[in-house]
Amino acid sequence: MDFNFTEEQILIRKTVREFAEQEIKPKAKELDEQEKFSPELTKRMGDLGLFGMTLPEKYGGQGMDTLSYIIAVEELARVDGSHAATLAAHNSLGIGPIYYYGTEEQKQKYLPKLCTGEHLWAFGLTEPNAGSDSRGTKTTAKLEGNEWVINGSKIFITNGSAEISLGCTVQTVTGKTEEGKKIFTTILVENGTPGFTAKVMHGKMMWRASNTSELYFDNCRVPKENILGEIGQGSKIMLSTLDNGRLSIAAMGLGLAQGAYEMALKYAKEREQFGRPISKFQIIAFKLADMAMKIELARNLLYKACWLKDQGELFAKEAAMAKLYCSEIAKEVADDAVQIHGGYGLMKEYDVERFYRDQRLLQIGEGTSEIQRLVISRYIGC
Amino acid sequence: MKIAVCVSHVPDTATKVIIGSDGKSIDPSGVTYVVNPYDEFAIEEALKTKEQLGGEVVVISLGTDANKESIRKALAMGADSGVLLKDENQRDSFGVAKALAEEIKNQGAEIVFFGKQSVDYDNSITGQLTAELLGYNCVTVVVDLKIDGNKVIAEREIEGGREVVETSLPVVITAQKGLNEPRYASLKGIMAAKRKTIEEKEAAPAENYVEILRMKKPAPKQPGKILGSDASAVPELIRLLREEAKVI
Ligand SMILES: Cc1cc2nc3c(=O)[nH]c(=O)nc-3n(C[C@H](O)[C@H](O)[C@H](O)COP(=O)(O)OP(=O)(O)OC[C@H]3O[C@@H](n4cnc5c(N)ncnc54)[C@H](O)[C@@H]3O)c2cc1C
Repeated sequence: MDFNFTEEQILIRKTVREFAEQEIKPKAKELDEQEKFSPELTKRMGDLGLFGMTLPEKYGGQGMDTLSYIIAVEELARVDGSHAATLAAHNSLGIGPIYYYGTEEQKQKYLPKLCTGEHLWAFGLTEPNAGSDSRGTKTTAKLEGNEWVINGSKIFITNGSAEISLGCTVQTVTGKTEEGKKIFTTILVENGTPGFTAKVMHGKMMWRASNTSELYFDNCRVPKENILGEIGQGSKIMLSTLDNGRLSIAAMGLGLAQGAYEMALKYAKEREQFGRPISKFQIIAFKLADMAMKIELARNLLYKACWLKDQGELFAKEAAMAKLYCSEIAKEVADDAVQIHGGYGLMKEYDVERFYRDQRLLQIGEGTSEIQRLVISRYIGC
Repeated sequence: MKIAVCVSHVPDTATKVIIGSDGKSIDPSGVTYVVNPYDEFAIEEALKTKEQLGGEVVVISLGTDANKESIRKALAMGADSGVLLKDENQRDSFGVAKALAEEIKNQGAEIVFFGKQSVDYDNSITGQLTAELLGYNCVTVVVDLKIDGNKVIAEREIEGGREVVETSLPVVITAQKGLNEPRYASLKGIMAAKRKTIEEKEAAPAENYVEILRMKKPAPKQPGKILGSDASAVPELIRLLREEAKVI
């Protein structure tokens, strides 16, 4: 067993931490308050090389391992959830499926552009009536001549309607099997295609500087070649994309917990009541000890899942466990961090207030905690 | 043109330093190390100089295997190659300068960058000593630099202002904050750095002229005083700044 990081992994952590603290931290509060997505910061993340990190160089990537990517997401989330979300969704949900299932032509056409930070790609699975139960998907695609005709709508789609959104991968129903089961197929649709409207969703409690969208398809026509993978491969593409996505959501939980914990520790050492720092009260000190322990456990579980993936081993069960555990401890740690801040923790002036809101998505997005337990219980044979 | 930049690997200024059991060294356990912050300006200036004049940048660091992390960072920022001068022992600034000067001569570098000081021992002298040993010109605490052919024009920070000086190559420059805005080691740079070599050599021997007898913690900071929150506090504030703190 080797717990050492490679030289590159150490440097990536340092670089991304420095970048997050110097470039993102000073703007995070304001962007959150104004509920504003920042194309400028997205471009800066691209310049640093954060998009397409694990892709080969020939597609504009950096050829790094999964753990390096997860470290980068973790370090962004340590400073701001929204920007970690933009990165994680674009890499895991946007770039991922095109890289794993695209034809050489599709990869050449899209990937180099998507690695620059100048464009985003979204993954449109969830619908108003199909959340946890993705088999409830109603959006349809019919082949007419050389074109797919798409009808339906999607909701809560990250990166789908920003100024720099280039397109999305849409989960559709393309027919039924003889037994009457839906046939799922994924199709690439570029923004600006007639019949396709992408609308920004406002009024979010968290990730307020991340772009979330409603997508509408009204007789939207795209060329036949825009199919991603094959007819009927939609479910498989979705499931494997979510396996990878879970690692990055877990990294967001881990990073958020780390950030909240650091704030709480610092505050507890500075804040004095009854003539001494509150960190000297056992009940506060033990809270901090528990936070540190949970973070350590979360990190080990997540990194092990990454290691399995990098070894080419099966990692889906561990990815679900990591997503579940990291997101749940993010909630506990953020909650305790606010508690340690007392009344100040409830004020927007303190970043911990934003962390407390941002963690809440993590137990819902990309499979709720309930669904993760369902997935794990199936893997262990229940 | 060969450009050398010397970097030291120092405890992160945010870490809490603990004095070791011998009473004269830092306890390294739990300390995270970083590139000396002033050396980051030196690295950036070396890279900018290369971009302007061509040539190559070699990073030199004296110390243990751990220093490779800082060398690697400079390589990821864009330096071409690295040299680690290995020495496990504590050296004084002269000893460090001697080893560095030897290697700079070896490399044939004509422009050499240092940070104006390293934030561990704060002697602010290694650059100057190295220049002297090499017989190079030396400008310290530089905030602006132009190299044109053989001519070097540098602005340096002095008490209450700036001084503009002219000298010629070969030269040692020590960098001050403000000289430039150091770039990030991009991820592409980090991967490229993997393929660059760090040559390891024994550092040229040197005897110490300065011996550290012991290390002491600074006296704890006095707690701050709040005099009030509106204009009525100003006269008292001025009086205290004048009479107690003696800063105005
Ligand atoms: C900010 C944000 C960004 C998002 N980004 C994307 C994106 O980029 N792409 C995308 O496709 N989707 C995205 N989503 C959607 C997200 O994945 C869904 O919200 C999530 O899968 C849950 O679906 P739902 O909201 O419809 O909840 P529901 O499925 O309606 O769940 C409601 C509750 O019922 C529980 N439940 C449901 N089924 C079961 C069951 N079988 N057993 C036990 N409990 C059950 C759930 O756990 C939950 O507690 C995003 C959501 C948000 C909020």
